[in-house]
Amino acid sequence: MTASEPVIRAVNLVKTYRMGDETVNALAGVSLTIDPGEYVAIMGPSGSGKSTMMNLIGALDVPTTGQMFVDGRDIGTLSSDELAELRNGKIGFVFQQFNLLPRTTALRQVMLPLLYAQPPPADAEERARTRLQQVGLGNRLDHHPRQLSGGQQQRVAIARALVNNPRILLADEPTGALDSKTSVEIMTLLTELNQQGVTVILVTHEADISEWARRKVQFRDGVIISDDRQEPRRGGLVLKDSAA
Amino acid sequence: MSLWDSLKIAVTALRTNLLRAILTTLGIVIGVASVIILVSLGNGATSEVDKQINSLGTNMLVVFPGSSRIGGRSVGAGSDIPLSEADMMAVRDKVSGVTSISGQLNEAATVVRGNANWNTSVGGIHADFTTVRDWPIEAGRNLNANDVRSAARVALVGQTVLKELFQGEDPVGATVRIKNVPFEIVGVLTRKGQSSMGRDQDDTVLIPMTTARNRITGKSEVQAEQVGNLYIKIDPSTSIATAQEEIEGVLRQRRRSTGGEKAHDSFSVRNLSEMMKARTEVLSTLSYLLAATSAISLIVGGIGIMNIMLVSVTERTREIGLRMAVGGRRSDILQQFLVEAVTLCLLGGIIGAAIGVGASAVIAYAANWPVIVSPDVLAMAMAAAALTGIIFGYFPARRAASLNPIDALRSE
Repeated sequence: MTASEPVIRAVNLVKTYRMGDETVNALAGVSLTIDPGEYVAIMGPSGSGKSTMMNLIGALDVPTTGQMFVDGRDIGTLSSDELAELRNGKIGFVFQQFNLLPRTTALRQVMLPLLYAQPPPADAEERARTRLQQVGLGNRLDHHPRQLSGGQQQRVAIARALVNNPRILLADEPTGALDSKTSVEIMTLLTELNQQGVTVILVTHEADISEWARRKVQFRDGVIISDDRQEPRRGGLVLKDSAA
Repeated sequence: MSLWDSLKIAVTALRTNLLRAILTTLGIVIGVASVIILVSLGNGATSEVDKQINSLGTNMLVVFPGSSRIGGRSVGAGSDIPLSEADMMAVRDKVSGVTSISGQLNEAATVVRGNANWNTSVGGIHADFTTVRDWPIEAGRNLNANDVRSAARVALVGQTVLKELFQGEDPVGATVRIKNVPFEIVGVLTRKGQSSMGRDQDDTVLIPMTTARNRITGKSEVQAEQVGNLYIKIDPSTSIATAQEEIEGVLRQRRRSTGGEKAHDSFSVRNLSEMMKARTEVLSTLSYLLAATSAISLIVGGIGIMNIMLVSVTERTREIGLRMAVGGRRSDILQQFLVEAVTLCLLGGIIGAAIGVGASAVIAYAANWPVIVSPDVLAMAMAAAALTGIIFGYFPARRAASLNPIDALRSE
């Protein structure tokens, strides 16, 4: 596998769900290629298919037809254990609601993906500490989520996503639960990580957030309606449309 | 994920809901505690029976005269021609391994001392009787061969008779009357306790065999030298079964039993320790039955564990989704919840074992009842608790492992 091979290559993806008697086409033939080091925002309103796309990129789900290659592997052909291994080794997830474990220290949160690695690395604790320092929480190693602010919690989640050196950092509405000032901090951090070579894929419905990326892919009704490269914004306040 | 990491996660999860965890394990606690208490009580009772076997006299055989038939009707045990002194001598001389032998010719009689009286069992014995029965003398002297030869009017008293007639006075040297015959009390028997049949063995007066025949029982019409039942002590190196066969052979020949079959013998040889062993088996069967009954509470406890684990899986659906997203396999999730259920059960097991051992000690002390807590029982109870965790934890764990990661992550 060479560095130039795409980290994501979707070929004519179709994903259908059954809802009662109806079948819903969440994705109706999507093809997309993302190269290493890119900074992509996947945009679209609710029901546009962007969440389904995110699940497929994250190897949480498999397509109905078409092919989805994550780091060169066709996820439709993988077993449940192989998908888990792929997520563990190649993908770092960042969620809107942080999804930290209660009553668990920041250090152990970040170590979690390494405990599921086969075999678990001996230097798991050291690597987790390094990542927490990288996101600016080197002095919060023993704090529980309740003792951390929202922005700090999301930093812990980002450190967790990075700890096993993934090919892709997949962020689902990473600022959705944060105020605008903290949102800027988190987006700045993601931008820095991208500049250090991490492929970042943002999934968001907020235009402001998508401005940070260098490429914007718009979804509507299960298909891609636009795919543009843009000059990303750097820092500054994000003016949100709503307080949420 | 390693088992050790799963265990750490399980402990964290259980500490989060400590009170709930403890309440959940109550069923296991009660199950394990009652198993330990009941089995320990059973073990204690069994050892008590063993002690009784030893108190009977070890390696002892008893010969009873058989039942006779009059016109086809059985008259009952002991009604056949009595065993005689000559029978006793023949057994002593011809059977290998006989270390001591004595007859015991019993008669119920009233013993009078001054204006007090007590109806008891008066036994005529030979000098070896107390040796055969392992029944030492507490005060005074034993009966000896001279007493038997000369038909001396001397007697040994048991503890019950002592209490009824002497109320704490020293009986040695005192005179009592049995059937109007004066006897000098020369010795006191130690306490023997109840027999396996519940008879008070201390309610007795022992006198020389010859004196008993001459003065108390009178002579049998068919056998002038009757000796009642024969008590025979066998050398420990000789097998009881072999000795029993030899005794049967000797007596059969002497008493011309027809057919040479046991059913026709005019006597019966009984091995008392075998009878007692049968009782021991009944007791241990009983104690395992009790243990099985308390195992039911383990099952009830297991259902409680299953219930709370299902609640836990539901509460932690998002956590399960996250673990799957960061690379947890279904087998990792299954292992985590199984470990949690087993940890919960072992926690209950440890608390239950502590209560069980403590309660056994209290019962042993308060009821003065022998209680034996064996390590086997503790290990067995722990294994049962762990097994309960695996069995009843499996269903909730499988439910957790089969969750769809997307739905799990999205759940509230």
